[in-house]
Amino acid sequence: MRSFSYERATSPGAAAAAAAGTANAKFIAGGTNLLDLMKLEIETPAHLIDVNGLALDRIDETADGGLRIGALVRNTDLAADRRVRRDYAVLSRALLAGASGQLRNKATTAGNLLQRTRCPYFYDANLPCNKRKPGSGCAAIGGFSRQHAVIGASEACIATHPSDMAVAMRVLDVVVETVRPDGATRSIPIADLHRLPGDSPEIETTLQPGELITAVALPKPVGGTQAYRKVRDRASYAFALVSVAAIVQGDGTGRVALGGVAHKPWRVEAAESELPRGAKAVTARLLADAKPTKDNAYKLPLAERTLAAVLREARG
Amino acid sequence: MRFEHPATFNPIDQLKVIGHPTSRIEGPLKTTGTAPYAYERHDVVPNQAYGYVIGSAIGKGRIAAIDLEAAKGAPGVLAIVTAENAGKLGKGERNAAPLLGGPEIAHYHQAVAIVVAGTFEQARAAAQLVRIDYAKGDGRFDLAAGRDEAIAPHPSFGGPADTAVGDFAAAFAAAPVQLDATYATPDQSHAMMEPHASIAAWDGDKLTVWTSNQMIAWGAEDMAKTLGIPRDNVRLVSPYIGGGFGGKLFLRADVLLAALGARAARRPVKVALQRPLMFNNTTHRPATIQRIRIGAERDGRITAIGHESWSGNVSGGEPETAVSQTRLLYAGANRMTATRLAALDLPEGNAMRAPGEASGMMALEIAIDELADKLGIDPVALRIANDTQVDPEHPQRKFSQRQLVQCLNEGAARFGWSKRNPKPSQVRDGRWLIGMGVAAAFRNNLVTKSAARVRLDRQGRVTVETDMTDIGTGSYTIIAQTAAEMMGVPLEEVSVRLGDSDFPVSCGSGGQWGGNNSTAGVYAACVKLREAIAQKLGFNSAEAVFADGVVRSGNRSVSLAQAAAGGDLVAEDAIEYGDLAKTYQQSTFGAHFVEVGVDADTAEIRVRRMLAVCAAGRILNPKAARSQVIGAMTMGVGAALMEDLVVDKRHGLFINHDLAAYEVPVHADIPHQDMIFLDETDPISSPMKAKGVAELGICGVAAAVANAVHNATGVRVRDYPITLDKLIAAMPV
Repeated sequence: MRSFSYERATSPGAAAAAAAGTANAKFIAGGTNLLDLMKLEIETPAHLIDVNGLALDRIDETADGGLRIGALVRNTDLAADRRVRRDYAVLSRALLAGASGQLRNKATTAGNLLQRTRCPYFYDANLPCNKRKPGSGCAAIGGFSRQHAVIGASEACIATHPSDMAVAMRVLDVVVETVRPDGATRSIPIADLHRLPGDSPEIETTLQPGELITAVALPKPVGGTQAYRKVRDRASYAFALVSVAAIVQGDGTGRVALGGVAHKPWRVEAAESELPRGAKAVTARLLADAKPTKDNAYKLPLAERTLAAVLREARG
Repeated sequence: MRFEHPATFNPIDQLKVIGHPTSRIEGPLKTTGTAPYAYERHDVVPNQAYGYVIGSAIGKGRIAAIDLEAAKGAPGVLAIVTAENAGKLGKGERNAAPLLGGPEIAHYHQAVAIVVAGTFEQARAAAQLVRIDYAKGDGRFDLAAGRDEAIAPHPSFGGPADTAVGDFAAAFAAAPVQLDATYATPDQSHAMMEPHASIAAWDGDKLTVWTSNQMIAWGAEDMAKTLGIPRDNVRLVSPYIGGGFGGKLFLRADVLLAALGARAARRPVKVALQRPLMFNNTTHRPATIQRIRIGAERDGRITAIGHESWSGNVSGGEPETAVSQTRLLYAGANRMTATRLAALDLPEGNAMRAPGEASGMMALEIAIDELADKLGIDPVALRIANDTQVDPEHPQRKFSQRQLVQCLNEGAARFGWSKRNPKPSQVRDGRWLIGMGVAAAFRNNLVTKSAARVRLDRQGRVTVETDMTDIGTGSYTIIAQTAAEMMGVPLEEVSVRLGDSDFPVSCGSGGQWGGNNSTAGVYAACVKLREAIAQKLGFNSAEAVFADGVVRSGNRSVSLAQAAAGGDLVAEDAIEYGDLAKTYQQSTFGAHFVEVGVDADTAEIRVRRMLAVCAAGRILNPKAARSQVIGAMTMGVGAALMEDLVVDKRHGLFINHDLAAYEVPVHADIPHQDMIFLDETDPISSPMKAKGVAELGICGVAAAVANAVHNATGVRVRDYPITLDKLIAAMPV
């Protein structure tokens, strides 16, 4: 771990300003991902801005009937919130499918969105990784890629985004609220938050330098039957091979997003029109441009079958 | 004490203390966090500095240059040791690749330097400033590719490279039913909770290391040899061990680097291998490719059985002896085995829980299931039909005890095996495809010399000292039970001190030999102490009865405290074995029954029920033994369904080298486990009439899971682990 300086932020705006005004600064909240990466010197911030003291740990009802989740609301508290369980069950289920109780107690809403990939090549600083060291190459391509992306990847990176929560948020169309270093706020639809790797996989979101997530806004409840199905080799404490977040309405319409298949939660709204025709039709469009490796080609039938199971269950 | 003849009635047979399900005597220390593990021994020596190990960044090649300047100038740095400045080092008997690499690199994450600093954080930060230029060489990292050049290895621990009885080829060719299948098991990691950790301190030319090691005498001997110092100048202390599974049988880099770091820094140094180093720096269970051919009559009798195994290792390393059980488990007049060793430049392979049999049974017990399928015979019945009560290679040699058939029958009855539908993929429970599988369990019982010292003090307390280790197995408790039984005192009156090279040399913990041999050594020492006490009191030792803290002979009776009133009475002895292990085959047996559910949509595999029935001699402590077996069953589930050190054949390493990427079972993976021991005493094994049990529990588990998956789905997976990607194409539409 490199030496770093540390400050406690006094307000979201001040935090953002400090981050923009200090070279190589990072925010720290739960630290469940960042600290591990710092110990391995995969992350080497020179300055940490601790945002834990900011009053961003509330879940409030919004004027339009939704919920505003503070950036610092812990995963455990979010999953257990009565309103979330009642109206956004897919979110609660996704949260509880992730990590462990101890990690969920520490991990925050914004931190979960911004967690970094679990690609083993990203984690080994001796090996090439464009995400860790731009320009060094991608060792996962041609290497062990059983967990990796099947769609939206590039010649530079085939990593996946590991979050469960973000997949549910994508299917719920949440809006990410931020404050920028100049004090201005903005709202980013979650569809626009995460980037595909392209030729700069080290840039993972559309957040600007110093921009701080302050909240995630859930729209007013969309109803339907909500499911989150996570497929993995062991029954708990493992990242998704494939996950499906789905909201299915009584009339057969609905929404679907996949986890474990891409560099971001994977949703193609146009594919959802196929929902009444079933999982095969949906995944044919959802994963139309998939380019799996030999190791992860199984994810395509797995995604289709998992979606089929979710739809069957949702439709009773 | 020499053990030459089958045991007759002795004080252990009283079973006043032995055989009871006693809770661990050191349990409260562990549950309260007061049992000090190696890295936590802050109090044993002052002024401890911290070492951080640097592992090689390449799998094969050379270090071209090392630049230490920046690191040396970093805050708090006291010393940096590399092969260049470590001085001349030897090598221990029991490690193949040097523990401090450079300039030649033998494998990925081979230690190449230790940075010593005042705090752990300083050492870690400085380690990142060490600049090493490597010249990458060509390495051999692919077992399948190296298979054709594999050689017949020197006869090792596990037996000769080739064995043959009768005419296997002719009998196999003539058999009306034949099975010829090839199986693969992956490299696996011990993944124990406590990493290898050591604190080393020099006092002049004498070295003390507080460490975590299963085999104290081996470690001390190899440490002295590696450093080129007299054996008597090395003391190893390892009273508590947070799991070993064979990964801590030998001297490893933590011990050596702590000692070298301490010498260079002129301060005691503590080192724990960082978790990401554990998988490539230490040893692992080597991958195997196994071909099994079985020829049988239509009634199921095996006429020919052949088992060939290929594994790889670094130069000087040994093969995985995966064929060993096939020489003993089933009858059949015509037999062959072959063990081949490929030269690989991956990290060093070595023992992991049930070396040989664990891997061999993963293949053999699927093969038997496949044969049962071909024959249309129930797999339990097929195993019973091919039971043998003698060593099939040497029919004059009987098994000392062999209750395989009883284990299978008892297990089948308890598990409800008769409800299994022999036709695959017929049973559903909602979305789950349900299947049942069975496998035999088999592991040899090894006897080896083991010594102990027993002391009676004037309070009447008995203290046992031996360098035996407790790796979470219950050694403290069964040793205390043995001494209590022998000396006629309650368990509370016995103290047990383990894991110190100043104590008499025991068998150590490995190969499931620890329980039987270490207690037999304590038995021998206690016999001697009883004689010393009798002599002191003028009793005829043959007539003296030790019970309730009192020695009685005729109408005389003296308390033990009184007997030692004039000073401690001390006796030391070892158990040593004669030829019984040659005249009899000593093995342990069991049967594993497993029910799995396979998700019909996703092909996720979840174990639903497990049962093990074991026959393994006298069970000294049913509670501790049960814990061993259910732990081993859990490890078997890992082997079946998830454990896989994935080789990156381009870079020459196990790439999934942390506990997020190398998956072992979690609580949610393990259902209710049943296990029972059949009544057995084995007078051939030792005066304790006990045998090993901790490794038996894993042997066969993975195959039972594999066979259950086949029964559930109709898919026969022959390369472990069995993961959903290998099933999904065959799932119902």
